[in-house]
Amino acid sequence: MAYTYGNTQNAAERIKEISGVNPLKCMKCGKCSATCPAFNEMDIKPHQFVTYVQNGDIEALAQSKSLWKCLSCFACVERCPRDVKPGKLIDAARQLVVRERGQNYLTADEIPELLDEETPQQLLVSAFRRYRR
Amino acid sequence: MQRIGVFVCHCGTNIAATVDVKKVVEMTAKEPGVVHAEDYQYMCSEAGQAKIINAIHEKNLTGIVVCSCSPRMHEATFRKAAQKAGLNPYMVEIANIREHCSWIHKDMEEATLKAVILARAAIAKVNLDAPLQPGESLVTKRALVIGGGIAGIQSALDIAEAGYEVDIVEKLPSIGGRMSQLDKTFPTLDCSACILTPKMVEAAAHEKINIYTYSEVEKVSGFVGDFTVDIRKKARSVDMSKCTGCGVCSEKCPSKKNPNEFNRGLNNRSAIYIPFAQAIPNVPVIDREHCTKFKTGKCGVCSKVCAAGAIDYEQKDEIITQKYGAIVVATGFDVIPLDKYDEYAYSQSKDVITSLELERIMNAAGPTKGHLERLSDGKAPKNIVFVQCVGSRCSDERGKSYCSKICCMYTAKHAMLIRDKYPDTNVTVFYIDVRTPGKNFDEFYRRAVEDYGVNYVKGQVGKVIPQPDGTLMVQASDLLENKQILMEADMVVLAAAIEPNKDVRKIATMLTASIDTNNFLTEAHAKLRPVESPTAGIFLSGVCQGPKDIPETVAQAGAAAVKAIGLLAKDKLTTNPCTAHSDELLCNGCSQCANVCPYGAISYEEKQVNDHGIRETRRIAVVNNALCQGCGACTVTCPSGAMDLQGFSNRQILAEVDAICR
Repeated sequence: MAYTYGNTQNAAERIKEISGVNPLKCMKCGKCSATCPAFNEMDIKPHQFVTYVQNGDIEALAQSKSLWKCLSCFACVERCPRDVKPGKLIDAARQLVVRERGQNYLTADEIPELLDEETPQQLLVSAFRRYRR
Repeated sequence: MQRIGVFVCHCGTNIAATVDVKKVVEMTAKEPGVVHAEDYQYMCSEAGQAKIINAIHEKNLTGIVVCSCSPRMHEATFRKAAQKAGLNPYMVEIANIREHCSWIHKDMEEATLKAVILARAAIAKVNLDAPLQPGESLVTKRALVIGGGIAGIQSALDIAEAGYEVDIVEKLPSIGGRMSQLDKTFPTLDCSACILTPKMVEAAAHEKINIYTYSEVEKVSGFVGDFTVDIRKKARSVDMSKCTGCGVCSEKCPSKKNPNEFNRGLNNRSAIYIPFAQAIPNVPVIDREHCTKFKTGKCGVCSKVCAAGAIDYEQKDEIITQKYGAIVVATGFDVIPLDKYDEYAYSQSKDVITSLELERIMNAAGPTKGHLERLSDGKAPKNIVFVQCVGSRCSDERGKSYCSKICCMYTAKHAMLIRDKYPDTNVTVFYIDVRTPGKNFDEFYRRAVEDYGVNYVKGQVGKVIPQPDGTLMVQASDLLENKQILMEADMVVLAAAIEPNKDVRKIATMLTASIDTNNFLTEAHAKLRPVESPTAGIFLSGVCQGPKDIPETVAQAGAAAVKAIGLLAKDKLTTNPCTAHSDELLCNGCSQCANVCPYGAISYEEKQVNDHGIRETRRIAVVNNALCQGCGACTVTCPSGAMDLQGFSNRQILAEVDAICR
């Protein structure tokens, strides 16, 4: 069954589950956005990502350019003082979108067609690791 | 058979909202030995206590069970009430149906059942209670203060002013502590040394105060009112009675390249040194690790130039054993190491410094003689960035979970002082929250912004990148503008979190005083007994208990002193009669109890026993009741069941377990 991202608390719960992140731990210091090399490319900034998940506004995240602009460098994951790790939330939101397309699993055959300039390769690696059957 | 009265407290709605107290009365009334049961809204009130007293008289009660709050709150109250009615106070037991029951449960039926079970256990224990008589112990009228910073000095002065002897033990060569390293103090900007040194001088000159510097507490035994402490007076290599403090030895010492601890390693000192100009005592110490004479046997320059003949290379550590009635812990703090914060480039650039290092740079006696300059090239910085919360409020393993409390204020102070002295310098402070609770504190911070033009930006710094030209690139968030900032800085100052002094763990173990997961000493009660350790006779002064600034430290130091004075003013203390004793017929002399006893209360005697007609000499454990604190470690360790605790006997505890499991 397809997700409606608008049906939000459910999708937000999925993001928390996939990422293992509790966004309520965030103290809004902004260190993630301070450290992000792709900051200027993003429409929703890393520190805002946390609030969007808190508020269950997942549709906006799914539509966000940021999903595909995040380099998965994990600088924010490394440096977050509160263990919130916005990079993991972004990663989880990306996977939610990919899963929607790939019906919850990923086969090796599908990877070549997913390879394009926009998609960070790390996303494919981590998606494959978790969703192969 | 006992005649037991059960008294169930409502505690307003604290208990009654979750526990059906009437039902508890009804159920406990049927228990063996119970001849009276009633409930009341506030058992601890005068009227509630009167109910207990009346019931003791009218029903000839021999034992009491009060179902109420934790015994830590009101056991003493109810024991006193029972004593007033002529009952031995140790015939009173508390069933804790508040903290252990009503506060932690929601379901009334289950909570009521649990309250009944807890009451039943207490009743089973009272059935086996016997009257106990407390003993007495003498109080040594002398206090020990561990740590010679502002906290220790203030506690010592206050205790000494009340007329009691005080010894201060300070690990470093001089008293003064962290405060002696500070330049100015917020929110009045008075010079730290100017207000601290009079206190240091007063402590040194006080006839009741004796200061052991360059000394450490090595061993503590005994108990409240009667501690015995071994103090290691480390070899100073200088005879304190001969030295005149002229300083020629330090001047002439050829080994000059040793990191100066007082200046946070920002410059060097000689191997024989006085840590700072106002040091007390004004007597140098030889750092044997770096001294050429101690390393190679050749040198001896200091000895040759010393006109007083005070240098003594043969001096040995000395152990001083002294008795104390009370101990004040004032071990203070340090800033956390920043080696795990690579993103701030602290270990890559000399111009990324901690705030404490900035204090030394700003200080006239510091490594730059008070001139604000970059340590890399000596140039005046034009752009300075302050980073708040470095390692504070972190839930990762790199930092500390708590707010260090003093950083917002000292950063505002630094920013203001720099803008005042060097008005062409731009100062930017990156903050998450500015926390300024305290008298005149927020006004102080607003002055930095409004009168001194300090630029406060809400957002954390992500990284500091040293540039080839020697400047620092700072990448940070401006959360209110929703922007990422890249700015050039000549100097970055990190407000590193503070943590308790590393030695506190060792000292707490010696004192059997408890510490929390952050190594802060724990209070006996977070609100109502904030300057006492749960271990009797141990008092807490300064940052060893939690982050605090100078006025709070001085206030707490005074409070700790008052508590110590209250103890020293007594000639005798009532001892807890709930101590251990061994059954000589069961004891096999295995020594296991003596090994686990934290108070050294157990010794062994060769004793003649009569075991069912067989007379023989056996090795038997004997408990010194004055030393025993009734912790019960020996009773659970004893393999033969010979050790038992009065008031908490094995039989009583098993009876409680049986009552719960019934």
